[in-house]
Amino acid sequence: MRKGLLFGLAALAASASLPLAGPAVAAEEGPALPKLEWSFDGPFGTYDRQSLQRGLQVYREVCSSCHGLKYVAFRNLADLGYSEDEIKAFAAEYTVTDGPDDDGEMFERPGAASDYFPAPFPNEKAAAAANSGAVPPDLSLMAKARAGGADHIHGILTGYEDLVPDAVLQSIFEHETMKNEEKYEADLAEYNDKLEAYNDKVEAGEQARRPLEPVQPQPIESIEDLGLAEVSNFNAYFPGYGIAMAQPLYEDGVAYADGTPATIDQMAADVSHFLMWAAEPKLEDRKGAGIKVLIFLVVFTGVLYAAKRKVWKDVH
Amino acid sequence: MSGFQTNSRVIKWIEYRMPVFSFLNHSIGAGYPAPKNLSYMWNFGSLAGFTLVIMIVTGILLAMQYTAHVDYAFDSVERIMRDVNFGWLLRYIHMNGASFFFIVVYIHMFRGLYYGSYKAPRELLWILGVVILLLMMMTAFMGYVLPWGQMSFWGAKVITNLFSAVPIFGEGIVTWLWGGFTVDNPTLNRFYALHYLMPFVIVAVVVLHIWALHQFGSNNPLGIDPKGPQDKIPFHPYYTAKDSFGMGVFLIVFAAVIFYLPNYMGHPDNYIPADPLATPAHIVPEWYFLPFYAILRAIPDKLLGVIAMFGSIAVLFVLPWLDRSPVKSGRFRPIFRIFFVLLAIDVVVLGFVGANPPEGAWLITGQIATFWYFLHFLVVLPLLGVFERPKPLPTSISEPVLKGGGSLAGAPAKPMEKA
Ligand code: HEC
Ligand code: HEM
Repeated sequence: MRKGLLFGLAALAASASLPLAGPAVAAEEGPALPKLEWSFDGPFGTYDRQSLQRGLQVYREVCSSCHGLKYVAFRNLADLGYSEDEIKAFAAEYTVTDGPDDDGEMFERPGAASDYFPAPFPNEKAAAAANSGAVPPDLSLMAKARAGGADHIHGILTGYEDLVPDAVLQSIFEHETMKNEEKYEADLAEYNDKLEAYNDKVEAGEQARRPLEPVQPQPIESIEDLGLAEVSNFNAYFPGYGIAMAQPLYEDGVAYADGTPATIDQMAADVSHFLMWAAEPKLEDRKGAGIKVLIFLVVFTGVLYAAKRKVWKDVH
Repeated sequence: MSGFQTNSRVIKWIEYRMPVFSFLNHSIGAGYPAPKNLSYMWNFGSLAGFTLVIMIVTGILLAMQYTAHVDYAFDSVERIMRDVNFGWLLRYIHMNGASFFFIVVYIHMFRGLYYGSYKAPRELLWILGVVILLLMMMTAFMGYVLPWGQMSFWGAKVITNLFSAVPIFGEGIVTWLWGGFTVDNPTLNRFYALHYLMPFVIVAVVVLHIWALHQFGSNNPLGIDPKGPQDKIPFHPYYTAKDSFGMGVFLIVFAAVIFYLPNYMGHPDNYIPADPLATPAHIVPEWYFLPFYAILRAIPDKLLGVIAMFGSIAVLFVLPWLDRSPVKSGRFRPIFRIFFVLLAIDVVVLGFVGANPPEGAWLITGQIATFWYFLHFLVVLPLLGVFERPKPLPTSISEPVLKGGGSLAGAPAKPMEKA
């Protein structure tokens, strides 16, 4: 009886359950991001304290020279499992500018737990000047500001020329070659139309400008063929494949305090894990509370259903 | 369906001076008779009201911590997420609540479309509903600007810029809306003031909406009028119980999204602070605007696009006069039902088109879907009213099963009491 309405609503509901821009975006951009298994995934996910601490070490020793972390305060590091004294000692290793003092002077002092991670550059201009024109973005929210989340950061850090598998490079070359050819064919069709119009005009003795014939593209077979800007580095997972950040991670770039071998992949995963925490520090609270709220609601709704049945049992 | 009675002296004292209790009794209590056959589709009206309350409560709490200034807005939202007690919960409820509000109201509207709830004598009720929809859209649009992320800024810019399509006054209107020569601090400030105000305007229109509803009561899945007391049951306890259960189910789904997929319906770019110098690759509005956005971009001419977009809502205002079929419920309209499903699919297709750049196949699909949308309301519905042969209607709600022919006209209606 109600099929019409239900069917219509089901069609509407489908719109909410599908990623709307999915197919188009996938076709435009390069290879699929490798998906890692993160301990914070899933309804019971939590952060891995060891990985967070290693990630902090990578951030501090490698990334912090270019990238800020302005929404994270030293006191927040308690989440990573550090004690109050450890945090105080950690903060004191940084110098922060404070003031003005009673004489109206700004002064420098060691960091305190309530301070935030200091910015690596005094302003955007200085940041751009030090990085051939590109400003290294603040990393506090990076894991939520890109569609792939932590996988995106891991992908960027491991997406450099010498790090990606050959198959990925080949797929990029094929994809770009195809895109160029498609564009060439479209241009050619347009050119032929214009040429016809031009010929007609010439025949009629009118003045006209001959259209330019598009150039047949060469197949792309190497990174050089991609024609990236000079200051940029190839990266398989960055839109357009040319990123201003030089490869930041190298084998044994940090000496992990817990003895974990510092492979590039390990460091990339740890710092991505850490940045996910930086972006969503309340994730564990949220997922933990969610379970309790849902259990309560399911029971409560069950009671409401029983009550409804009881109230309605005399209505036919 | 008794009048209001009480033994409490306090209540009697108040009631004598100001009859709030009998008012409530007649509005949502035992004194308000409702058709006995309302399906779960009739839960969405009270759900919409419930969601509105959630939005107002979380909104006011957020407002206590939010700073409406281009230099501090983004930071203040992050402070709410990180340092305010349960700030993350408040923000995720408010953020996803907007989406759920639209889901609920869209279902509520499609319910009305299917069962012909917009027809006489409920035209004004329907029109007030469309007014609510417009107010909701304005509120949601301005709210999305407040966190001052990339999509906030560029969404505001694209949408306000639409007004530049108005001949002669266009540029002037846009400058006036912005309070300057671009989207900037004055824009953010006025959007915040209006975002705080509009929900209360919505509350006022909801009151009118419900006032109009109570004049004739709810429509029902059969679309025929209740013939007498045997077709009705008191709102309380029957529909209060049923609505409460529906609210429980709604809260389960809502909580699952808030706690496990809080950013699923959002756009990652809005976690990047607004930057007037860096245009995002794709500027997309929130999902609930996508069908309208698709209609806007289906038409290459800016002014005509804007007209079509507003027209897509304007047709809803005149819908009661476009659909002239005397039969309300889609159950008894075999051809209408098919077109109803097509319309629902059409709107979903428009949603997908709106999420993608207006090029190639997407552009053409969008144009066909836009054409179909208007064809449905402006041509199909008026023609169906004339040419469709509806199925025979049951004589009363209590006797919905037709046992052949019109001989049922005088059939006795079953009383409401237990058999
Ligand atoms: C020498 C300076 C430098 C160092 C060290 C550095 N970066 Fe970057 N990073 C940059 C610059 C510059 C950009 C901007 C790139 C662009 O826009 O092309 C950037 C961009 C990024 C992005 C954004 C990519 C995107 O999708 O937009 C991420 C993520 C990132 N860096 C992570 C890191 C991490 C993690 C580390 C530490 C392991 C690190 N960076 C170390 C300079 C640096
Ligand atoms: C803030 C948003 C809204 C609230 C709080 C609200 C509230 C309600 C309530 C409580 C009812 C009675 C219960 C029901 O029939 O489901 C109702 C009925 C109705 N609403 Fe709304 N509504 C809202 C938006 C809308 C919109 C946008 C429309 C359509 C344009 C609309 C159209 C109607 C109609 C036609 C009815 C009568 C339905 C019937 O009896 O069949 N409402 N509304």
